[in-house]
Amino acid sequence: MHWTAADLSSALRVVATQVSTKGAAGKPSTPKPPAARRPLLPAVLLKFVIAASSVLLVLYLVVHMLGNLQIFFGPENIDGYAVWIRTILAPLLGNEGFVWVIRIVLTLAVVGHIWAATLLALRAKKARPVKYAAGNKVKGSYTTRTMRWGGVIVLLFIIYHILDLTTGTLNPNGEHLAVWDNVHADFAPDRWYVTIWYVVALLAIFFHLRHGLWSATQTFGWSSNRREPILKAIATAFSGLLVLGFLIVPISVTFGWI
Amino acid sequence: MRLNLRVWRQKDLADKGRMVDYSVEDASEDMSFLELIDVLNEKLILQGEDPVAFDHDCREGICGACSMVIDGQPHGPQKATTTCQLHVRQFSDGDTITVEPFRAGAFPVIKDLVVDRNAFDKIIQAGGYISANTGSAPEAHSTPVPKAAADRSFAAANCIGCGACVAACPNGSASLFLGAKLTHLGEMPQGQPERYDRVVNMVETHDDAGFGGCTNTGACATACPKEIPLDVISQLNKDYLAATVRGKRRKA
Repeated sequence: MHWTAADLSSALRVVATQVSTKGAAGKPSTPKPPAARRPLLPAVLLKFVIAASSVLLVLYLVVHMLGNLQIFFGPENIDGYAVWIRTILAPLLGNEGFVWVIRIVLTLAVVGHIWAATLLALRAKKARPVKYAAGNKVKGSYTTRTMRWGGVIVLLFIIYHILDLTTGTLNPNGEHLAVWDNVHADFAPDRWYVTIWYVVALLAIFFHLRHGLWSATQTFGWSSNRREPILKAIATAFSGLLVLGFLIVPISVTFGWI
Repeated sequence: MRLNLRVWRQKDLADKGRMVDYSVEDASEDMSFLELIDVLNEKLILQGEDPVAFDHDCREGICGACSMVIDGQPHGPQKATTTCQLHVRQFSDGDTITVEPFRAGAFPVIKDLVVDRNAFDKIIQAGGYISANTGSAPEAHSTPVPKAAADRSFAAANCIGCGACVAACPNGSASLFLGAKLTHLGEMPQGQPERYDRVVNMVETHDDAGFGGCTNTGACATACPKEIPLDVISQLNKDYLAATVRGKRRKA
């Protein structure tokens, strides 16, 4: 530790102010004061918001992926599945009630996730007002560097995906609950660009999850030196399997396997 | 050997600062990086120019005074090495080396390559201590410490508080420094009484100073000249959760 820094810097500062008043004639120079007010939420808590919301989102993705695989058991199966999930807890919540509960919870999770990430990104910008002339050469892996913009791609994809296969607005067939027909119309061979867009977006999700899953364990304080390589390997394998499970559907439809 | 240096020159806190090109013709590969700047400064003084101000003290890699970001890397390209222990032989003849101060809002530049790292001292004041009676040393065997805890504490205690973690972090966060101090004291029996107050107070002081928030990029641990492991941040998160959510903090 530089215990003498306090004395040294205050001494230097006196000299510095004298020099600056002499040197900056006519041009008022205002050195930025350090953060004036305490941030409302500690950055550590914002990270918990990101990790906790991601747990809900990942659990949803797992169920979503397994549900999608019903398509390999034929049209009746996937269309029936779509009807069935709307009847879960119907006596309690009414028809579609369960689906709406899930939608609301997911929306809250996504909003919280993006809100906390945006706050952290804004704070990061403020924490380094002057950038490095030679660039910051200490870089994490590709996945850690693309979390923010990759996340934006994932968000755009989710919006497109909801308009495509939930509301049917952007779907050429677009008939409610006709899942088999909608999916086949969507990923028809002549609409190969839609399939490519889905593949690209799912790769973005893979990269986002690969770092995000391990990052959540670090945020909850479960990661350690010993566990880190194992946790990272599990995160990669899990995200890989999950994304493959999603990819297989549009690719199989485009290539006419189902 | 001949080296070209692009050095950040800034007269004082208020000055905007700029990169200035210099060349050192008679650099020896056996020089440390700080000696390279000493040679440059001797030349500048002879020419009647202002020498480049930089922080240094022990020059043997243990005090944490030297800083500088060399070619975009805090303490330069060599792993686990402070600037004072970095040798010119790490560069090739004719190289152009960019030398900048640590960049963080919480580390204002005082002059040239010297930054004000008082924010770290404030974080230490907020919790980097234990309450123990001074005077007679207690019998060592009266407080047993498990070997694993001692090792982990010692690895964290390697932190020299230089601020390279902040300089490397894309978010300008000092979480590795925080985590190192918390793990260093938190693994010891002597650190337990203040443990959960410590984490909350230090995190608050950290955020007040204007450091950014950690997003687990791991850049800090890569840049750290003392190889503080990244899992000290995991420990920080764990203790912070325990202190706040699980209410282990003594005073609310």
